[in-house]
Amino acid sequence: MTVIRPFTREQRTTVVYGMLAFVLILVVLQLWLLTSTMNAYLGDDESVIWPAAVASLACLLLNAGLLRYLYRIDRTRR
Amino acid sequence: MPDEPRETIDPRIDTPGREGLTGTAPASVYRPLHDVEQVTIAPDWSPMDQQPAWRRDFPIDWPQDHYVERRDFMKFLVLTSLAFTVGQFWIAGLNWLRRRRGQPEMRRVAAIDEIPPGTALSFSYPGEHDDCVLVRTGGDAFVAYGQKCTHLSCAVRPRVEQGVLECPCHQGSFDLASGRPTAGPPRRPLDLVRLEIMNRQIYATGIEARTS
Repeated sequence: MTVIRPFTREQRTTVVYGMLAFVLILVVLQLWLLTSTMNAYLGDDESVIWPAAVASLACLLLNAGLLRYLYRIDRTRR
Repeated sequence: MPDEPRETIDPRIDTPGREGLTGTAPASVYRPLHDVEQVTIAPDWSPMDQQPAWRRDFPIDWPQDHYVERRDFMKFLVLTSLAFTVGQFWIAGLNWLRRRRGQPEMRRVAAIDEIPPGTALSFSYPGEHDDCVLVRTGGDAFVAYGQKCTHLSCAVRPRVEQGVLECPCHQGSFDLASGRPTAGPPRRPLDLVRLEIMNRQIYATGIEARTS
């Protein structure tokens, strides 16, 4: 039988730190995507608009997935 | 935490809670009375009875505070991520609208004889608020650009004798012949207004935005 042991507070804090680092990198990537897409749009370059939008959406989904996991470990706290 | 109150378990062999244990009871059979996470920890980690009265009255558990702060920061970042994604799709929507509008209609700007060589004329194209500048660089050579600087949209001014268009706001400079940035903060060229000359009349036929 598998025993699911909830994380201690210290473990949860460590997990949050790890997720925070990952989310920060993704948000900075999204900021770069947004500024370069706006620059391309103003310069009438349409080729990057949709790929950048899809990449940004993928980053959002990853971030949302991590947030969902955070809510999950919060629910299983002692 | 050496002074943590503990509940002892009956150390005798074969008593409830000691099944299977022999010899001296290991420390792990002692259960703390309080859950570790329910004990309030001050910022300096010293016991609460050594803390000032105000902190005892309004205790804040420091590790819990750390955890909650980072958790909330992460929620804020995910919200920011959502805003960036909405921004991306907003740009895609703007681009779709722009494509639907297509190129603006051809419009007469001026007669050649109205503009002496080395001078410039301001006009609006395609909308009445889209200021442009037409420059006669010599002979029958004309160039026309959108007048908005690509840095922060200040109006650029032609300096025909120096061969540049300059932006007075942040000392940006554009090459008069190509509209490309030569100095200052702008990175994109000015919007190029396509011109056509028919019967000594100058017509604007379209706008071309460029990235380089």
